[in-house]
Amino acid sequence: MSRSASQPMILIENVSKYFGAFRALDQVNLSVEAGEVLMIIGPSGSGKSTLLRCINHLEVPDAGRIVVDGITVNNNEAHINAVRAEVGMVFQRFELFPHLTVLENICLAQQKVRRRSRRESEQIAWQLLEKVGIPDQAHKHPGQLSGGQQQRVAIARSLAMQPKIMLFDEPTSALDPEMIKEVLDVMLALAAEGMTMVVVSHEMGFARNAANRVVFMDQGRIIEQGAPEAIFGAPQHERTKLFLSRILH
Amino acid sequence: MAIEHDQIIPSRPTVTWRTGLAQFPWWLVIILTIIIIMVLRIIFDPIHRDIFITILQGLGLTLYVTVVSFVLSLVLGLVLGLGRVAKNPILRNLAITYIEFIRGVPMLVLIFTISFAVVPLVARTFGLPNNAVSLTTRAIIALVLIYGAYIAEIFRAGIESIGRGQMEAARSLGMSHVQAMRYVILPQAVRNVLPALGNDLIAMLKDSSLVSVLGVREMTQVARLSVSTSFRYEETYFILTLFYLSLTLVLSLLLQLLQRRMRAKG
Repeated sequence: MSRSASQPMILIENVSKYFGAFRALDQVNLSVEAGEVLMIIGPSGSGKSTLLRCINHLEVPDAGRIVVDGITVNNNEAHINAVRAEVGMVFQRFELFPHLTVLENICLAQQKVRRRSRRESEQIAWQLLEKVGIPDQAHKHPGQLSGGQQQRVAIARSLAMQPKIMLFDEPTSALDPEMIKEVLDVMLALAAEGMTMVVVSHEMGFARNAANRVVFMDQGRIIEQGAPEAIFGAPQHERTKLFLSRILH
Repeated sequence: MAIEHDQIIPSRPTVTWRTGLAQFPWWLVIILTIIIIMVLRIIFDPIHRDIFITILQGLGLTLYVTVVSFVLSLVLGLVLGLGRVAKNPILRNLAITYIEFIRGVPMLVLIFTISFAVVPLVARTFGLPNNAVSLTTRAIIALVLIYGAYIAEIFRAGIESIGRGQMEAARSLGMSHVQAMRYVILPQAVRNVLPALGNDLIAMLKDSSLVSVLGVREMTQVARLSVSTSFRYEETYFILTLFYLSLTLVLSLLLQLLQRRMRAKG
């Protein structure tokens, strides 16, 4: 089942997805190498979030094939869970569990999915809270934290599962401007450690400092892709230029 | 400036005093007054006192039927509520059929049907005599089967009130659907529906009076039996009313206290 060294970490082949008559993804092909930091940009409704959500099967593609770390994502429940165990996901609205403390948020899946003891899972949780810079908030509930702190807990919660891939779905869009940096700093550190990352975001600072490749999507298709300097500096397609002119002011 | 202050300050207490009057729970004072008058009559009038003591003998059974039925219907309601939101169409349709069936028939009719048709039918298929199940047990079975359907709808609303993102977050961490329900969705859903469940507990207390039609000697039945020989309709039914009113009042105040404490905990 495991991936051979020559295979990409994520392989997306001819993937299409419809919501009713609306074509969210139109025969998308994409591969992500191990250790690569890929950024997906594009207007809303372009399919970038849908593509991300197909990778861990939160959305089921109508056609095509997705292989994650050598495992084909299909409707087989065991395959889906095997893939999800390798793939961490960070949501726009954090989605921390509000009835649990920060520490319990990070420990729950470790104990129920990875079958770790309470001691072991808490030890890992403390290390990660240290890493994202908020060990002093461990016993609070998510509602008592700022948005930036909540998102850092969400990242720690995913990392506790020791994933090989991290997916970020607009991780800073719901944050006040002064909190964006603290989340991006954690993401930059993660990229520097060699984590394979797929990031849906328009944060130019992150693109310039961490992304290996930027993909521009529109109307369910990949319009163009390349190094950040190339895409932001000299976009080839009219739609890319138009989009960038709107977000880069 | 000083003069303006002097002009403003005296007017303020008047406003607070007035809003205070408007906010004061006068309804509680009126109800408590009625209760106190009734209690005084019970204390000083021997006829009232006798009737009070008679009905008091049914209080235990009323509380027993209410509490046992409520706890069991919570279990049935949770099972049905989970079936109601299940992805499996067979499970979901079975749950909906049951819930709609129960909710489409008056409670009194269901109490007769369950006690005198369904329970004997089931008893017979197991080779038991018709009277194998006591009337009190039949009353509890009827209330559980009925309230299970209503409470299922409460749980369904609670589960649906939790955003889709919570389930997605749990699943993306590798949890199974069952684990996500158990550890993430249900704890939040239950907390959200506690006020609604409290209302149903009070409703159950009141509806337990309906099982008097089966001859179960709870408060209402005891009162009816007493009236049939004493003919003291006014005293008996006023005192019976007093019993239910005091019980529901105490229960609703207790539930409010509980909610306030839970909210304070966060």
